[in-house]
Amino acid sequence: MSGKTLYDKLWDSHLVQQRDDGSALIYIDLQLLHEVTSPQAFEGLRLAGRKPWRVSSSLATPDHNVPTTKKERISGVDGIEDPVSKIQVITLDDNCNEFGITEFNMKDIRQGIVHVVGPEQGATLPGMTVVCGDSHTSTHGAFGALAHGIGTSEVEHVLATQCLVQKKSRNMLVRVDGELSPWVSAKDVVLAIIGAIGTAGGTGFAIEFGGTGIQSLSMEGRMTVCNMAIEAGARVGLIAVDDTTIEYVKGRPYAPKGEHWDMAVEAWKDLVSDKDAQFDEVVVLKAEDIKPQVTWGTSPEMVIAIDEPIPRPEDQKDPVKKEGYARAWKYMGLEGKTMLSDVTLDRVFIGSCTNSRIEDLRIAAQVVKGRKVASTLKQAIVVPGSGLVKAQAEKEGLHEIFEAAGLEWREPGCSMCLAMNADKLGAGEHCASTSNRNFEGRQGFGGRTHLVSPAMAAAAAIAGHFVDVNEFVKH
Amino acid sequence: MRPFTKHTGLAAPLDLANVDTDMIIPKQFLKSIKRTGFGKNLFDELRYEDEGQPDQECDGRPLRNDFVLNQDRYKGASVLLARQNFGCGSSREHAPWALDDYGFRSIIAPSFADIFYNNCFKNGLLPIVLQADEVDQLFAEVALRQGAQITIDLENQTVTSPSGATFEFNVDHFRKHCLLNGLDDIGLTLQQDAAIQRYEEKRMKDAPWLFLPRGQ
Repeated sequence: MSGKTLYDKLWDSHLVQQRDDGSALIYIDLQLLHEVTSPQAFEGLRLAGRKPWRVSSSLATPDHNVPTTKKERISGVDGIEDPVSKIQVITLDDNCNEFGITEFNMKDIRQGIVHVVGPEQGATLPGMTVVCGDSHTSTHGAFGALAHGIGTSEVEHVLATQCLVQKKSRNMLVRVDGELSPWVSAKDVVLAIIGAIGTAGGTGFAIEFGGTGIQSLSMEGRMTVCNMAIEAGARVGLIAVDDTTIEYVKGRPYAPKGEHWDMAVEAWKDLVSDKDAQFDEVVVLKAEDIKPQVTWGTSPEMVIAIDEPIPRPEDQKDPVKKEGYARAWKYMGLEGKTMLSDVTLDRVFIGSCTNSRIEDLRIAAQVVKGRKVASTLKQAIVVPGSGLVKAQAEKEGLHEIFEAAGLEWREPGCSMCLAMNADKLGAGEHCASTSNRNFEGRQGFGGRTHLVSPAMAAAAAIAGHFVDVNEFVKH
Repeated sequence: MRPFTKHTGLAAPLDLANVDTDMIIPKQFLKSIKRTGFGKNLFDELRYEDEGQPDQECDGRPLRNDFVLNQDRYKGASVLLARQNFGCGSSREHAPWALDDYGFRSIIAPSFADIFYNNCFKNGLLPIVLQADEVDQLFAEVALRQGAQITIDLENQTVTSPSGATFEFNVDHFRKHCLLNGLDDIGLTLQQDAAIQRYEEKRMKDAPWLFLPRGQ
């Protein structure tokens, strides 16, 4: 019998009940909650007269539609100008109070994007099952945890039963061998992976990311990679536990301590795929081949290296792809352009659950330090992932570097990644964004998103168009 | 949940691959704390010329003539024909809520994104995966004749095309059972409370650090 993959191990250790038709009841250790996908779930509990199974397994914070300007944030939830957003945030506060769930509300320094807050607090731990009504829950797989997004009915199901009805996914290994080039980040790695396998390439799979190109990443980089597993179609992204993982978790507020810590570390060492484990599919990329990536179209798979020409619809053989490319060209306004450096940018967004952690901000600050944003730019904003990331950045003086360069320094939240608050693109505007989705209208009605790494976004802010950050920093 | 057994209805063809959940229901409508009322904003950016706002009356808004659901022949459609990777993107259940609220009962495509596929079953909406050539045939037949209807029989797991061709589809036994009977799966899971408690007790011994009180 062959060995187990990491995914197999996590699945087996959470199996409550196997059913004849292949579905199973899986136990959930941690549920993260935010204001957008939870109100209907709490309402469902109330209507059925049900109580949460185990309140200590939940952690909540508002993030999707909180404002990010100081003016609106100063008075907490009362300061939200949009009345509909305000009701949603108040509803989360009320539900958490009513059911006794720990919440970092808008006035708490620990508030932030759920996928930044969970790991930062040590609420996300190796070997856990983690769910949230948000597809980017795959982020937490960076800790060797089985983590994925769920819909609101399932949020209610987990609250009420501590379990989910699931069908096991197949195993895929994506290996990045070799050493990454300077200025090539986790974001470039994951965009290159999505470019290679497509947005549906991982559908039905749990993807484990491995190889030296992944192992060499920090925990924050690993979170960036797992975050976008969903953009490759996989609900679950995973990375094996190693010393980097354990070092990161150690000493965090909710991490186990003392005797529990020793016991946990012992158990976590087994959170790797066995040497003889069989994967249903294996994809291998060479780290050296990966260059800074930029998306040109309206799907994350429409991605190229900065030095490649934009692929043209007429060169596509597959008719569905040809039509998709033609639609994307039109939406993105690419007529007459050859390279992405030909696109004049209107806005730059550095933030989101993909790239708003301290290392992301440090690298962006390093690029813009002593420089000025292009005069052609309407706006460049930096939105830290949590109140604690913001505080750390300010301690290091990063906010002063950003502001001196002409970038706005904001309060934590999801912000322009999905534009549920006031931070959005106007119709036809091009944005260099460190977020995760470049769908039509994602960052605002008619807005045109190009996904990039924090370093590439920072360089683009200064140049006013896309440049290879590796070349840029030499001048 | 409303049961799904057999359904015959007008089919509307949405000939576009990778339709994402931002297209199905744009984010400004996710601010609602209700499960209903999303139908008027289904496919909002594809359907209307202007940018829709929450709580806005939609009757007078300018329509995009090139969008399939705005054509008279597809008014009242309850079966959506779609292309590959339908429902990709976010986990928002507002997407199936909007499709259901608009009046769709089933979506037929060569493939779906996982989370969306799963969310449909929780809302009495049946996503059906057929072979790409079978979907092509349905698109062709629906284009051919105005008022073309498709019949879906969940019990027998078949789709019958307007011309009478029958295609079989797969569906998990448990999901089928819940959908046929309109069962609330929370109630079903809670019948297993003894098994959940047994698991929890064992887990508490093996990994006690997962069960510490959280505290503010």
